[in-house]
Amino acid sequence: MSIELRNVSKRFGATVAVDRVSFTVRDGELVALLGPSGGGKTTVLRMIAGLERPTEGDLFIRGQRVNDVPVQQRNIGFVFQSYALFKNMTVFKNIAFGLRVKGWKRRDIRARVEELLALFGLEDLGRRYPHQLSGGQRQRVAIARALAPKPRVLLLDEPFGAVDAKIRQELREWLVRLHRELNVTTLFVTHDQEEAMEVADRIVIFSRGRLEQIGTPREVYETPVNEFVARFIGVLNVLELEVWGGLATVGEIQIPAPGLRDGDRIRIGFRPYAVAISPDLTQYRYLATLQRTYFLGVMLRLELETEAGLVIRARMTKEEYAQLGLRDGLKVSFQIRNYRVLATEGAPLGPEEKAAYPELPSAGENI
Amino acid sequence: MAARPFRVLPGFGLTLGYTLSYLGLIVLLPLAALLLRLLDLSWPEFWRLATTERALAAYRLTFGASFIAALVNALFGTLVAWVLVRYQFPGRRLLDALVDFPFALPTAVAGLALSSLFAPNGWLGRWLVPVGIQGAFTPLGVVIALTFIGLPFVVRTLQPVLQNFEREVEEAAATLGAGRLRTFVTIIAPSLLPAVLTGFALALARAIGEYGSVIFIAGNKPYESEIAPLLIVIRLEEFDYPGAIAIAAVLLAVSFVLLAVINLLERWVSAWQH
Repeated sequence: MSIELRNVSKRFGATVAVDRVSFTVRDGELVALLGPSGGGKTTVLRMIAGLERPTEGDLFIRGQRVNDVPVQQRNIGFVFQSYALFKNMTVFKNIAFGLRVKGWKRRDIRARVEELLALFGLEDLGRRYPHQLSGGQRQRVAIARALAPKPRVLLLDEPFGAVDAKIRQELREWLVRLHRELNVTTLFVTHDQEEAMEVADRIVIFSRGRLEQIGTPREVYETPVNEFVARFIGVLNVLELEVWGGLATVGEIQIPAPGLRDGDRIRIGFRPYAVAISPDLTQYRYLATLQRTYFLGVMLRLELETEAGLVIRARMTKEEYAQLGLRDGLKVSFQIRNYRVLATEGAPLGPEEKAAYPELPSAGENI
Repeated sequence: MAARPFRVLPGFGLTLGYTLSYLGLIVLLPLAALLLRLLDLSWPEFWRLATTERALAAYRLTFGASFIAALVNALFGTLVAWVLVRYQFPGRRLLDALVDFPFALPTAVAGLALSSLFAPNGWLGRWLVPVGIQGAFTPLGVVIALTFIGLPFVVRTLQPVLQNFEREVEEAAATLGAGRLRTFVTIIAPSLLPAVLTGFALALARAIGEYGSVIFIAGNKPYESEIAPLLIVIRLEEFDYPGAIAIAAVLLAVSFVLLAVINLLERWVSAWQH
């Protein structure tokens, strides 16, 4: 167990930034702290680093309770969103800083810094100052500086936030490779679910200071514990239906609703790939117009609109699309292959309401 | 038609012309006049006038006291700026406004106030004079007056620099194991040094030229507590124009060299900036 939080809370005055959060990170894991901004994920990261003290709860690093251990002695590497490089020092001196503080010998420092410069592809930049570097280079220097004293844990705050889309993709792949090579326990904060899904071994999802779910990318995508997670991870169609005579209805869509009274409302959610589409108008149950096709590479996203004005998002491969002979403006028939009931209650629900997930009879595999 | 470089805002030619002629009129013309008058003097004559015993004593006092005053301000002005930027406390805004006081106060009023404060029967002088600290009518008085008028320069130069200093940089040093002292010495101080030097240079330049506040507290004894600007005035009152101009030229040259050196120093310590 590399890092463990037990019921950790952080309050700033009256605001609760982090609310009784518990989770553990195993040795060598690469974990994403994911959530909308203001969710408390950066505060969690800063508490692990020792830059912030928990108001309540216990924090362990490798079995040792570190609540009262000052930041200087925690032996963690921290990479700030702004990189926070020392502007008055060269790249070499930036990376060497932590080693000099720890009293390494001059020769060892030189060897370690050169090793890192090589590892990070910064060989020729040792004598440059931070203002002479590109954004991507600055970030690499920041990570090299954090890793130089061989920390037990590497913490990164929004590591991909400040660079443009192209470099971002490269950096993601690079971080995964780096983690595989060094195998140091790594936590990073992000608000981008795609980034978390792509990079992390496991994802910790926060919302409003609370931990919503922790799991592998696959787990949080396929078995979200609540509606917040389901909506936050990936694209989710959400429909609100009204029950009448044992059937829940919205627009043309009807699903069986046994055991519910007339006038009750239920909400269902389904992933885009759970929507089957055919140009043959008799094949599926509902009719719609294919309004628009978005090309996202191999996968396409389709937007359907029914007569009654419901908008349904679907996705399929290019090949399927071509095979079916689809195009924008075409009338199609469709079917929702499977769905989840998000919540049932008499009144409309707020989005972050927790709910049980009774599986309703459905065709095909689970979402 | 030849293509002209496109500019969103018009009027570059006009504004540049205006700037140059304005600077020429306000700054260069008086300097040229001084140099022109200087040319009336032969070299040996200039040298004799500029290096009289009395003039040499006045230079020593002016530059020495200005240097000490600027140094004191660099140190304590930095401290004041630090406290004003870094901490929130009741009365902070009032204190911040107070920093500009030496700017706003007519120098003669400042001189009068200081000399009455440090005179043997003044509020401070009453206690200081018996223990041998002569604030009024001595070179020490000159330093006190110059320190007073130089303070805002250092504080106002440093404040924006301190405000822009990222907290995260200090946190980064802490995560790398650095304590406060090391963080200050290796990261904060070097980052502030260029601004401190600028403030020092401004305070120094102001002190060298200061006249009004000093003459009230200095006592103005020749060879002892007489500053160079005052000596120029005295020469003028004696209708000794060449004598006045010779001293003025020395003051000008030394100030110029000092500022150039500080500028170079500043550039050297901030090699990491643009």
